Amino acid sequence: MGMTLAEKILARASGRERVRPEEIVVAAVDLALSHENADLVRKSFLEIGVARVWDPERIVIILDHRVPAESERTAATHKAIREFVHAQGIQHFYDVGRGGICHQVLAENGHVLPGMVVVGTDSHTTTHGAFGAFATGIGATEMAGVWTEGCLWFKVPSTLRIEVSGRFPPWVSAKDLILYIIGRLGADGADYRAVEFDGPTVRALSVASRMVLANLSMEMGAKAAFTPVDERLLDYLAARTGRTIPDSEDFAPDPDADYERVLRVDASRELQEPQVACPHAVDNVRPLSQVRGVPVHQGVVGSCTNGRLEDLEAAAEVLRGRRVHPRTRLLVIPASQQILLEAIRLGYIQTLIEAGAMINPPGCGPCVGVHQGILAAGETCISSTNRNFIGRMGSKDSQVYLASPAVVAASAVAGEIAHPEDILQQEVA
Amino acid sequence: MSAVKLRGRVAAKLGDNIDTDLIYPGRFLNITDREKTGEHLFELAFPEIRSRIRPGDFLVAGKNFGCGSSREQATAAVKYAGVGAVIAAGFARIFFRNSINLGLPAVVSPEAAARVQENEEIELDLIAGTVTRLATGEVLAAAPLDPRAAELLAAGGLIPYLKKKYAP
Repeated sequence: MGMTLAEKILARASGRERVRPEEIVVAAVDLALSHENADLVRKSFLEIGVARVWDPERIVIILDHRVPAESERTAATHKAIREFVHAQGIQHFYDVGRGGICHQVLAENGHVLPGMVVVGTDSHTTTHGAFGAFATGIGATEMAGVWTEGCLWFKVPSTLRIEVSGRFPPWVSAKDLILYIIGRLGADGADYRAVEFDGPTVRALSVASRMVLANLSMEMGAKAAFTPVDERLLDYLAARTGRTIPDSEDFAPDPDADYERVLRVDASRELQEPQVACPHAVDNVRPLSQVRGVPVHQGVVGSCTNGRLEDLEAAAEVLRGRRVHPRTRLLVIPASQQILLEAIRLGYIQTLIEAGAMINPPGCGPCVGVHQGILAAGETCISSTNRNFIGRMGSKDSQVYLASPAVVAASAVAGEIAHPEDILQQEVA
Repeated sequence: MSAVKLRGRVAAKLGDNIDTDLIYPGRFLNITDREKTGEHLFELAFPEIRSRIRPGDFLVAGKNFGCGSSREQATAAVKYAGVGAVIAAGFARIFFRNSINLGLPAVVSPEAAARVQENEEIELDLIAGTVTRLATGEVLAAAPLDPRAAELLAAGGLIPYLKKKYAP
């Protein structure tokens, strides 16, 4: 019996010939990512009392959750991180204005390569499975252990394989596919498991869209989530690393790998319209037609899930020549400085501003509910982000619906949850 | 935490999918003193639980407790609000690991999650994997801690464990 991709990577990283689910292994870490919570990691690291981090080349710190600092307390956190980075000689630090959302910055700078073990003090670290890495979120103290030892124990996960075939109808995207799958499997449907996405529909997706699948797999509890390593991905990496990464059988599951479960999705048949995750759970998913007409006060396009160039493009396409509804506001947060720059070059930013959207600086924005776009009691938001828990984006008495960037943009124009087709049928002003 | 058996009262019983935003809202993430996080436990949704917790009390929850963000403050808030252990039908994996790393016992027991009541006195045996209802003597099954987690808990968490290993 062969191995799944998660098993292969953990076997290699722990120096074993093969591993099986449920075994405990100690794996060498290739890359350790933190954001503002690097300050918590730093404190735990100092408590442990080791003088130097294990490898300053393999630690990446990217400020994104509260940029620029919104309070004196955050400013002090940022300052403490900068001083630690300098003192330890940490090589890869992306300060305010130099990066963006950590997962996007890692990707676009070619930090993550197939076969790597990546840990991050952020639950959406699963995003990097789109690059063929075993990538998972850990807590701050655990990261202090990685900074100390350069390795971490893992229970080898069993793997759930999801094979997707069929074509997306117009205005259905990777976001709709993964929301649909989360709705089917539930918020704990992939708890402790690795997920492998494959099939012609997945292979036809852009790298950015594959990141959406791996990113949101966290919302069904996945420990890691992979999309295929193929020519498209290797081209993406070559453009960002300046070198060719030869394909390898190490980057794919064995054909006779043992799966806990194989789920097949026919996108043409099952995904006939965009999907929306309703308050207050990511697995509370309904087809858009069931929530059409819900009034919205705020729209958000952004986050590590959907703040990339193709997301801004979709929003701009809907908003071109139109206006955000008078009773609604639309916030757009490009996921990184590079994306912002590219979106300016392509005219998307101008289109969005002319439509009445507010462009916020690259970062996590209101997704985590700490600054820029907090909701008042009684307000409803439709958002391309990843969580709609009670109080996630502000008041505990606010509501968040999760959807694709195109649906967010259409809803911002309509002032209520709407299908992009509803908007595009209307004449441009 | 060094004892393998813990006795305590169930301070509160919670449902399924209690996420880390409910446990510890994002707005308090810039508090980085672990001891102070307990002041904001369950702040948005059920702050009244805080005043019910006496040191060493337990929380009992349904499946997927601690899902969502990797924020370690969620675990720290539970611990520093005085909770001695969390018993749940299941934990989201990052929360489970954070608990062990901060020295907070996290016990998986669907049986206990279904049967144990608020205010009840129970005893946990972390190694044997049992939850005993002291009023009736009924013994409920729990998952025994795996040796790696038991070793970390016995040391009081990851920091004391590594401190001993690298800087004795």
